[in-house]
Amino acid sequence: MSTLNVCVEGMGVWSPLAGDFEALKAMLAGAPTEAPPARPTASTLPANERRRAPESVLLAVEVAGQAVAMSGYDAAELPCVFSSAYGDQLISDYMCATLASAPAELSPTRFHNSVHNAPAGYWTIATGCHATSSAISAGRASLGAGLLEAATLCAAEERPVLLVCSDIKGNGPLGDMSGTKSSFGIALVLSPAATSRTVAQLELHLVPHANHALRPAPATGAWYETNPIAASAWPLMQNLAKGEGECTLAAAETLALRVVLETSA
Amino acid sequence: MSVLIQPLAVSAYTATSALGHGLESHLAALSTQRGGLRENDFSSAPLACWIGRVEGVEDAPLPAAHAAWECRNNRLAWLGLQQDRFLDRVLDARQRYGASRVALVLGTSTASIGATEEGYRHLDDEGRMPPELRRPPVHAPHSLAGFVAEALGLEGPCLTVSTACSSSAKVFANAERLIRLGLADAAVVGGVDTLCDSVLFGFNALELVSPEPCRPFDQARHGISIGEAAGFALLERVNAAPDAPRLLGYGESSDAHHMSTPHPEGLGAELALGDALARAGLRASQVDYINLHGTASQKNDEVEAALVARAFPASTRASSTKGFTGHTLGAAGILEAVVALLAIRENFVPGNLGCTHPDEACGPQLALKSEPHTVNVALSNSFGFGGNNACLAFGRAPA
Repeated sequence: MSTLNVCVEGMGVWSPLAGDFEALKAMLAGAPTEAPPARPTASTLPANERRRAPESVLLAVEVAGQAVAMSGYDAAELPCVFSSAYGDQLISDYMCATLASAPAELSPTRFHNSVHNAPAGYWTIATGCHATSSAISAGRASLGAGLLEAATLCAAEERPVLLVCSDIKGNGPLGDMSGTKSSFGIALVLSPAATSRTVAQLELHLVPHANHALRPAPATGAWYETNPIAASAWPLMQNLAKGEGECTLAAAETLALRVVLETSA
Repeated sequence: MSVLIQPLAVSAYTATSALGHGLESHLAALSTQRGGLRENDFSSAPLACWIGRVEGVEDAPLPAAHAAWECRNNRLAWLGLQQDRFLDRVLDARQRYGASRVALVLGTSTASIGATEEGYRHLDDEGRMPPELRRPPVHAPHSLAGFVAEALGLEGPCLTVSTACSSSAKVFANAERLIRLGLADAAVVGGVDTLCDSVLFGFNALELVSPEPCRPFDQARHGISIGEAAGFALLERVNAAPDAPRLLGYGESSDAHHMSTPHPEGLGAELALGDALARAGLRASQVDYINLHGTASQKNDEVEAALVARAFPASTRASSTKGFTGHTLGAAGILEAVVALLAIRENFVPGNLGCTHPDEACGPQLALKSEPHTVNVALSNSFGFGGNNACLAFGRAPA
C-alpha cells in the first residue's frame, strides 16, 4: 500500500504577510491584510518562557497553538511532529561565530536552545504533553516528509497528531548557505477518521522515482520562494483555502507525495 | 493506548565508535572491560576533558562521486556503513524490494555542524563561507540522511530525526510505522554524530562535562564524556529473516518538564518504558538486560537508577556502556541498540565501566563487570534534551 487517508481538523499559518489562516485566505483572495507583529506572539507559552524562547520556538509554537485551538483537542493529548529544514539558524550562526572567536564564552542557554527539538521541548513543556514528540528534517522536502511522517503516525496509532513545519529567516554565512530570507510556519492537526471538526480530507499517495515532477519551477521572485517550507506549502495552502485541489510535494530527493484534498459536503 | 506490534527482523546491524570499527571490536572491548576514552585531542581550542574519538575518520575520505557531501560526520557514516558487510546487506535488500520500497530513517544531533564551524573559522575576505565549504546541503541537519540516501541509492521515504540524545533510538519507531502501514518493505535505520566544538564547548558551558573519564552511576561521577559513533540496522518483516534478532517494541514519550534536566521522578522515562513493554507484550520480569542511558550526569543517573530499581526484579541485569564509548549523543540510540543486540547474540552483559561505588539509588540490577548471562530480551534507554525519551525492546528469534 502506498496511500494514506487523514483528515485535517486544525490549521495554523504564520508568515511576515499573514499571521493566521484567515489572513492568508484574505491575502489569497486579494483582500488587504494587516501584517502580523514581527515576533510571533506564541501565546501558548507562559510569559517568562516567551521572553526566553528563541525565534524558531516562537514561530513553531505560534502556528501549533493556532492549529490546536481550531481543532478543539487538548494539546496535552496530541503526539507532535516538528519539521524544519534548518532548525534555529540564528542560534547556529551565533554558535559558529562564537566558537570561531571565543569558544569558552558559549552561552549555555543558547546551546540547549540549539537542539533541533527545542520547539518540541518548549511546546510539550508548555502544554503538559507527555505523548511522543519528534523533531525531524528532510532538507527541501521537510514539508512533504513531515506530512508523510505525521500522517503515518496518525494512521498507525489511530489518534490525532499535530504537525508543525517551520523555518526562520537565516543570518550570516550560514543564512547565505540556506538561502532562507523569510520566516514561515504552517501547522495541521490530523485525525485518522472524519469527525464533526473535520475541515478537509487528505488522500496521500507516494509517487516513487518522481525526479521530473519534483524539479523546482523557475523562480518568480514571490515571497514564498525564500523559505523552504513556504515554497513547498504554497500549493497546499491554496488548496486548503479553496477546500479542494491536488498538489505534489517533495517527500524525499526522488519521492513525491501527491496530496488530494477534498471537503465533504 | 499502546498496542502490541508485530516484531520486525533486525537482519543486519553494525556500529563504529571509540571501541573500534564493527561488531567484533565492540564485543572484544566490552567483554574485556577495555574502554575507548582518551584525553581530548580534538577541539579547536584546548578543553580539559575525555572524549570517545573514532580512529581513522581523517584517513577515510568519501568516494569522489559523493565528494559534495564531504565532512567528518559523513565520513564516519561511510566508514560505519562498510563494517560487518552492512553495505552489501542493504544493496541486497534494495535489489529484493526495489529502491523506492526501502525507507531510510537516521538520527543525528550534530549532523555536519562541524563543517559549518570550520567554515566560520575560515571565512573569506567578505565574511562568507570559504569556497571549498560553499556546499549548502552540508550545512543542514539533513546532511547525513541526504548523503546516505545517495550513497545507498535508496529512493523510499527518507527522514532525519533530530531529538538530541534520543534521535537514533526513535528511528526504529518511525521505521516500524512505515513498514506496518505498507509504505515500505524494509528500512535502514541508524545514526551518526561526530565530535565538534558545538557539543564539546556547549556541554562544557552547561557544566555537564567530566574532567576525568565519565563514571556512570558512580557516587563520585562528575558528568559526561562526549563521544562520536556511527551505527546502522536493517529492519525487515520477520518472514524475510526468521532467524534474525527482533525489534519487539519501542516506547516514546515527553517529560514536559525542562529543556535540559530530566523529570525528577523519571515520569517520561517510565512512560517510554511502559510503552515499549506494552508494544512488545512483555512484563518487566521477562527483561534480561537493559542498556541504560547512564550518561554520568548527576541528575540522569539518579533518576534512571531509581526507575530501574523500582520497575525491575533483581534478576534483570543493567548497565550503561558510556564509560566505554563516551556519550555519543545523537548516535547513542543506535550504538546502544547494537550493544543490546550483541548482548543477545553472545549471551553476555557488558559491565558498567567507570563505576566502583554505585549511587545509593541503584538497585541490585547494575552489572559493574561484564558477565555471561542468558539474554533473550534486552532493552535500550535513550533520553534527550527537551525531555525526549525513547526505549527500545529487542529479542532473540524463537528457536
